[in-house]
Amino acid sequence: MDLGETAVKAKAFSYFRAATIDQALDAHARAGDDARFIAGGQSLVPALSLRLQAPRLLIDITHIGELRGVRREGDALRIGALTRHCEMLSEPLIAEFAPLLHAAAPFVAHPAIRNRGTFGGSVALADPASEFPAMTLALDAEIEIAGLSGRRRVKADDFFIDLFETALEPGELITAVYVPLFRADQRFAFDELARRRGDYALVGCGMLATCTGERIDDIRISFFSVGNTPTRVKGVEATLIGARLDAERIAAAQGALEGDLAPPEGDEVPPSMRLHLARVLLGRLLGRLGEGA
Amino acid sequence: MSAPLTSLDRPNSYIGRALPRPNAKRLLAGRGRYVSDLKLPRMLYAAFLRSPHAHAKIVSIKIDEACAREGVHLVATGADLAKICTPWTGTLDHFKGMTSAPQLPLPLDRVVWAGQAVVAVVAESRAIAEDALELIEVDYEDLPVVVDIDGARKADGPLVNPGSANNTCFRSQLDSGVVDDAFAHAAHVVEEEFSFGRHTAVTLEPRAIIADYDPSAGMLTVHHGTQTPYQFQDLYSRHYNIPEARVRVIATDIGGSFGMKLHVYHEDMAVVGLSILLGRPVKYVADRMESFVSDIHARDHRVRARVALDAKGEILAMDVLDLTAIGAFSTYPRTSVVEGNQVIRLIGAPYRFKNYRATLEVIFQNKVQTSQYRAVGHPIACAVTERLVDMAASKLGLDPFAIRAQNVIPDDAYPQTSPTGYRFEALSHQACLKRLHEMMGYDALRAEQADLRKRGIYRGIGIAAFVEITNPSPAFYGVGGARISSQDGAILSLTPSGEVRCLISVTEQGQGTEAIISQIVADQLGLAQECVKVITGDTEVTPHGGATWACRGAGIGGETALQATRALKRNILEIAALILQEQPSALDILDGEIVDASTRNPRLPIAEIARIAYFRSDTLPPGTQAQLTVSHHFAPQGYPFAFTNGIQGCSLEVDVETGFIKLLKHFIVEDCGRVINPMLVDEQLRGGIVQGLGAALFEECRYSDTGQLMNGSLADYLVPMPMEMPDIVIAHVETPTADTELGAKGVGEAGTAAASACVLNAVNDAIAPFDATISSIPITPAKVLKALKRF
Ligand SMILES: Cc1cc2nc3c(=O)[nH]c(=O)nc-3n(C[C@H](O)[C@H](O)[C@H](O)COP(=O)(O)OP(=O)(O)OC[C@H]3O[C@@H](n4cnc5c(N)ncnc54)[C@H](O)[C@@H]3O)c2cc1C
Repeated sequence: MDLGETAVKAKAFSYFRAATIDQALDAHARAGDDARFIAGGQSLVPALSLRLQAPRLLIDITHIGELRGVRREGDALRIGALTRHCEMLSEPLIAEFAPLLHAAAPFVAHPAIRNRGTFGGSVALADPASEFPAMTLALDAEIEIAGLSGRRRVKADDFFIDLFETALEPGELITAVYVPLFRADQRFAFDELARRRGDYALVGCGMLATCTGERIDDIRISFFSVGNTPTRVKGVEATLIGARLDAERIAAAQGALEGDLAPPEGDEVPPSMRLHLARVLLGRLLGRLGEGA
Repeated sequence: MSAPLTSLDRPNSYIGRALPRPNAKRLLAGRGRYVSDLKLPRMLYAAFLRSPHAHAKIVSIKIDEACAREGVHLVATGADLAKICTPWTGTLDHFKGMTSAPQLPLPLDRVVWAGQAVVAVVAESRAIAEDALELIEVDYEDLPVVVDIDGARKADGPLVNPGSANNTCFRSQLDSGVVDDAFAHAAHVVEEEFSFGRHTAVTLEPRAIIADYDPSAGMLTVHHGTQTPYQFQDLYSRHYNIPEARVRVIATDIGGSFGMKLHVYHEDMAVVGLSILLGRPVKYVADRMESFVSDIHARDHRVRARVALDAKGEILAMDVLDLTAIGAFSTYPRTSVVEGNQVIRLIGAPYRFKNYRATLEVIFQNKVQTSQYRAVGHPIACAVTERLVDMAASKLGLDPFAIRAQNVIPDDAYPQTSPTGYRFEALSHQACLKRLHEMMGYDALRAEQADLRKRGIYRGIGIAAFVEITNPSPAFYGVGGARISSQDGAILSLTPSGEVRCLISVTEQGQGTEAIISQIVADQLGLAQECVKVITGDTEVTPHGGATWACRGAGIGGETALQATRALKRNILEIAALILQEQPSALDILDGEIVDASTRNPRLPIAEIARIAYFRSDTLPPGTQAQLTVSHHFAPQGYPFAFTNGIQGCSLEVDVETGFIKLLKHFIVEDCGRVINPMLVDEQLRGGIVQGLGAALFEECRYSDTGQLMNGSLADYLVPMPMEMPDIVIAHVETPTADTELGAKGVGEAGTAAASACVLNAVNDAIAPFDATISSIPITPAKVLKALKRF
């Protein structure tokens, strides 16, 4: 394409490359919050090109060293906001200590997008159809946020508020996500139903269970593409705690799903169908979890 | 395989050989010359403000602010362009009684679909033009919207064209034999109502055009990503009143077309006008969102059909009603009724029954126009026919292969005329059926299916026979008054170095037109393929012809090249005979050498003939004028179309809990007559099948009840992707047409023609144990689960 002239579709904006978190926060404030942080750009750039968003200023956060890297901190894994989707696949610490994220990553878009898209960007955007935001719920992760008034940590359970609405205040930045280290007494399972590989799923689910032998002591199950936010199904979880995963128990869990999910009216997928698919997926994943997958 | 045209072990025997396309490397290396890439001096960029309403009155348009924006050169409305462009109407005379409203580049007072271009802005960059669009204010007054087929046919419902009696564009009826009688006496009748989702071509490169009007020369040059430069030369000339010789249309590399780039688009016509108004080159490239709402769509059909059979499973009669909605206008110049016309004429085509009745009703609605897209009408005709045949088979307890074997026109019974009036020269259904049965390992597949069913795994096997229309004669468009040629022309020159330049009217869209033409020329002349340069797609350079559509490139363009080459060869041998003091008939050409025809001993390099003719004509006998350039035209005669045939098969698995379908393997046996290049033929079949599989499972333009396209982006409109595509196994039967020396027919649409029918049959086969059926394409998980009553 004749890039210079034909393909420029976004509205004109200014660009600032921040070297530090403070610079980024500052620039945002000075733009009167008519600004966007840009990380991988895999969601923001399409929105700009479609002129769905037209901020005055883009603040490039990809050169802020503090937002990078994956490391152990105590009994948690600190995953820097700039960690790319592809690193979820290649980083050994993720595979070992956050295997649920490792399992989810191949389902996030396609290689070209995974090479650029970031974990922090995905969580900040909080697309209810996205894999990673939902997995932060299953993992009982904490999101670390930097703002002009300082740093704070928010539990994933409290982070996702409504459609594309999170606990982030305007101008705040996600710096990292803390995930409790995966343990030997834990099991996980992940899968999704997408029309084509790499598409946003019609419904998807990830779960993390802590077990004593075959008995489930604790379980967190999180769905995506089922409503306005990534959704933990606490009613279902309650049916499973203290139980063994036999056919009867799985059927009971599937039966409880209706109480936890209220899929919205969709253009192509009616709520009853989404609920049905969620039930099927839940059954299959619990089956795998029972087999020790 | 038929006997080759030339013995394949001879040097330069290229016809029938799998050879890579000479231009593939260039395109892969990024050296393509697409209109999207092209930049001309002083070029400006157009962008269009589009209607957000499916049907509305334009009350007022305020453009002052946009005009005042820095970098904006022109803001044009419908009225501005109507002053210089005459309107067009998408009707053809041979479709008796069809109507369509006249069209202009931009509307004057009413918009008729959401996404229709309303105002054009020309600016120094596309970005500036887009900014200026936001400064334009259009005041609309909503009008009642006609969205679906039922709404359009309601007696007192809203009208797409106020003042007309109804929303009917065209009605047609076929009736032959004794249909009522056959149904009255039939042992079995099966009946179904089918629906087919609208879909669209989704070319990699969207529509692209640069119009460059030079007022000093009164000359219009248009760089246009189209299959048919000659058609557009004619149209631009007539609608903008510029002498034809002063209109040049150049169509170089194109990033896909599939029929979509054959048609007149409002924006393209507007861009020509904008360039005339400004006296500067103006470029417009549709972006993806614009493509979805302005490229032609296709296949919006609802078909009710029934078939009558005797007690043994012999098909006696078919009775069909096809309702199709085509948007607010019939597309110009090829109309939007060809698809429906081909649906009702192709239904039942592989089979021998004689009693047939069909009604076609073509309906206006407030959506973007539909028109010819790869395999025009075929997938619908094939799905309707082949699903009914399968339904009949299961009713009678016959195997799908058996019922087809019983009913296809036997291979030795040609020529035949179908009850719909199509004349078949020679087809090979029996041979294809037999070959497919072996190739699929059909009996083993059935055994495996039965086994897996016991374990709760639901596999389906589907087959679908088809007939494809190729090599159209003037019966297709010419008789209807369209200035669309069915002949092709070639100009061949022997260059001074003894190579060949071939200018030919068929065009290249990446399918390998230039490759096969160079194969034919090299083969027929006796030259290495590298010594043949083929040039296409420039009306100033290449002779007028039909170009590329309806699978005519190889059959008609190829024959043109063959005959032109033979003429050039005669001329070369005449000069050679004079030089060698031989009879021309005693000489031949082999691998660039004039040889003795009987002994094959080399006598003189062909380059030497060229040298003498061009530089030492003084050494030739007095009175000799060497004619080393020949021009030749070829128009198909004999059969009005060269029909081809084939059969496809597939195996798939339905997840009966999720409704997801996994395609396991796809098969095709195809008969396109003489195969010029097996590799390119297979590429066409594979690509065509994938497009058909997209239609079967994924592609659909979904509209809201207010006429808004709901999924007009590649995130929401699902095209087939490699991960979901099965392996495709291909075999050929060759029945060359005797209408030409070359014997080639078309192949570009065969894959698309039957792929969706095949999947439809296989899915129904898979869910048969649940007494569930599906008759709607695309087959989405929602439709499968609905059929299985899972939610
Ligand atoms: C074709 C395609 C398919 C895709 N498929 C999927 C899929 O299947 N599943 C899926 O989950 N995603 C998918 N995506 C989206 C992709 O994963 C995005 O990369 C991701 O959602 C956003 O990450 P990013 O780094 O690209 O963010 P950007 O696009 O740069 O930013 C997204 C938003 O987050 C904000 N933001 C970014 N980083 C931070 C931060 N550290 N703190 C605060 N705010 C921040 C930005 O201001 C912006 O508003 C797809 C994208 C494309 C283009």
